[in-house]
Amino acid sequence: MSYKTNPIDRTYFPDEPAQDFTVIGSVVRRSDALGHVTGRTAFFEDISPPDLLHLKTHRSARHHARILDVDLTAALAVPGVVRVLTHADIPNNVFTPLKLIGVEPDDEPVLAEGKVRYLGEPICAVVAETEAAAREAAARVRVEYEDLPAVFDVEEALAEGAPIVNEYHGNNYFTYEGHHCRRIRFGDVEAAFAAADHVFQWRYQSAPIEHAPTETTGCIVVPQPDGRLRIHSDTQACFFTLDNTALILGTPFNKLRIVGGTVGGGFGGKVDIAVEPVACVAATLTGQPVKYVYSRYEEMQVSSPRAAERIYIKDAVMADGRVTGRRVTLYVDAGAYSRHSPYGTTKAAAHLPGPYSIPNVWADCHCVFTNRTPSSAMRGFGVTIADFALESQMDRIARALGMDPLRLRLLNAYRDGDLKAHRKVAEGTALVEVIQKAARMVGHELPEEYLRMSSMDRRER
Amino acid sequence: MAKLRGRGYASVNYPTGMNLGGDPSQALIHATTTGTFVVSLSSVDLGQGLKTVVAQCAAETLGLPVENILVDTADTDTGPHCMGTFASRGTHRVGNAVIMAAAEAREVMLAVAAEELEVDAGDLETDGTGFVQVTGAREKRIHITDLALAAHFTHGRTISGRGIFLKEKNDPVPETGEMDPDSCQAHACTVAVVEVDDETGVVEVLRMHNAYEIGRALNPAMVAQQVEGGAWMGMSHALFEATEPYYPARDHGPTDFNEYLMPGAADIPEYHNAILERPAGNGPFGAKGIGEMTANAPIPAIANAIFDACGVRLDTMPFTPERVLRGLDELRADRSPTKE
Repeated sequence: MSYKTNPIDRTYFPDEPAQDFTVIGSVVRRSDALGHVTGRTAFFEDISPPDLLHLKTHRSARHHARILDVDLTAALAVPGVVRVLTHADIPNNVFTPLKLIGVEPDDEPVLAEGKVRYLGEPICAVVAETEAAAREAAARVRVEYEDLPAVFDVEEALAEGAPIVNEYHGNNYFTYEGHHCRRIRFGDVEAAFAAADHVFQWRYQSAPIEHAPTETTGCIVVPQPDGRLRIHSDTQACFFTLDNTALILGTPFNKLRIVGGTVGGGFGGKVDIAVEPVACVAATLTGQPVKYVYSRYEEMQVSSPRAAERIYIKDAVMADGRVTGRRVTLYVDAGAYSRHSPYGTTKAAAHLPGPYSIPNVWADCHCVFTNRTPSSAMRGFGVTIADFALESQMDRIARALGMDPLRLRLLNAYRDGDLKAHRKVAEGTALVEVIQKAARMVGHELPEEYLRMSSMDRRER
Repeated sequence: MAKLRGRGYASVNYPTGMNLGGDPSQALIHATTTGTFVVSLSSVDLGQGLKTVVAQCAAETLGLPVENILVDTADTDTGPHCMGTFASRGTHRVGNAVIMAAAEAREVMLAVAAEELEVDAGDLETDGTGFVQVTGAREKRIHITDLALAAHFTHGRTISGRGIFLKEKNDPVPETGEMDPDSCQAHACTVAVVEVDDETGVVEVLRMHNAYEIGRALNPAMVAQQVEGGAWMGMSHALFEATEPYYPARDHGPTDFNEYLMPGAADIPEYHNAILERPAGNGPFGAKGIGEMTANAPIPAIANAIFDACGVRLDTMPFTPERVLRGLDELRADRSPTKE
């Protein structure tokens, strides 16, 4: 079991200068381990300020509909209900996650206004003295809808005549500087197909996946005597949450303080700003602390999942196994709103064509709007599903050619000095070495010339 | 009816950081009069161990034991700006910022020690146990606690430092996709060994062999934990998880952990891990990010192992028993298992 604490193999890069470290590279016990395993770590929910109010959301029961009427009468009649917030209570009723990095348009209301675009979209927020009263009142909100046609498939959403999901964009795709997708154009794939011994094309598909953190998304907002708001949050990005919340509240940034830093699992699901703005509005309007925490249902069906992706890969392959051209058409299902999906789609583009030196690459990476829960950041987004497709593709090529799948990869592996498809020169590469190591770990024999390959030795292609 | 065994491979790379609008993080560090150094951040520890790793970076740079470091995070009133914990950026960005802050503090620490010991600061070294000493002369030394007291009460100096790491903004060229979005690339190759039950369609992962190259393993045990935790998540993505299992249909969405299944303890395979180190010039002590990538290679490795085991090519995630059985039915129907 020594590999658990000392898994380092130094034989593959023997020329790296030896470093004389005292703390780096040693097994220091994780500082919060004892607290976590004994249940004594304090998370945001462990504070219980006096007069705490609870917030629950009434959510859309439709995939795509006009809101004709919202009747709060029955909700307000529930004992313990203090207030019900609608879009009219939110000072700037639009999320601004990408605005802060210079990307627009903002396309998502904090509370629905006039329309809902996915099942579960928040319409109003009930603030009550108990969680039970908040939940009861949220269930008693009556919304009258006029259904609109909905679209759920990325390619159907891009087809002529598809219902428009999100009017902020005017199309069912995110526009990248005038283009309908994020493009990679490198070499000439069509010439590569024409000259290839084999052309292989396959399709890959994934479904949305939940982050499944132990601790669901949430916050407790506590109004301070000086008029500021102290926000106890499990956000993955404190200042990002602060900045976005201030923009929505229309308050100076220094009126807000985020206290966090200890999170029961994030995996990307706590990068979006979800709960803090509404909770801050509620705390401001009531003058009392407000707690807004997602239920497990909300975490699974309403908070952003990993996007479903559909990927088509067409490869030009020579008889000796060299991949000479790769054409990728990738669709990211962003759901009804952008959140971080346009960024994840760009990340997918930069990742193509995988860790291989392929001289001709063409990619169209589409960020597509559909009437489903908006997807967003999740561990490796843009890359994880692409890797499923790319590495399945490599396996299929190897089998079609009757080649050893590791030799196929080593033959095409990128190395130091290679120009990648997004025109960045590769450095610090080590794909060759991890393949060699994995082969050795499982007793997969490689011929001498493959064992001699090195990431630092760029051969002619 | 049989259990069919197969082996599948996948090799991947993964970017450290993903920048669109400029990607900075800051760190501040100061010594209290106890000789303890407080690292002030607004960075978030998601459970992956960021606080531990940055304490190691501070300790190594200062030349002090890691017990002399406290990490104070995350409060936007007291901690300097951090973009957040995502894109495998935490160790790289925050680690670099902490090293820069600690290097500045170390310089002050040695300058004060030089005055106390009446020697040149250039002749001083840290011994890693809490002392600053004249190089090679253990008898001429001062403990960090005495040093911190002297700095405050005698010399009127703050032993402190400021650090920042910035990956500059880089806009993609819209026509070609030319861009410089990340700081370095880490690498992995996973070999999965599975057993497919051709009666139930259930796939069991028996073993996963994971070879990673991550620049520098700042804490090898936490690296192994990331590799194994990520391999579990990848296996879960591959075989179990979907909030919309029949995408694009919106039906059958699970609402709790009774319906949203993930591998339990008994489903966890044997893990065999190896780490290679090829330090990155821009990483903290050469480290690249390993946070996210560990879930990636297991998915295609399992897909490829399933094909190797039973000839069913699954191009749609997750690889549920239903999909395996439907694939086997198709194979039986047209009896050409090598058709690709």
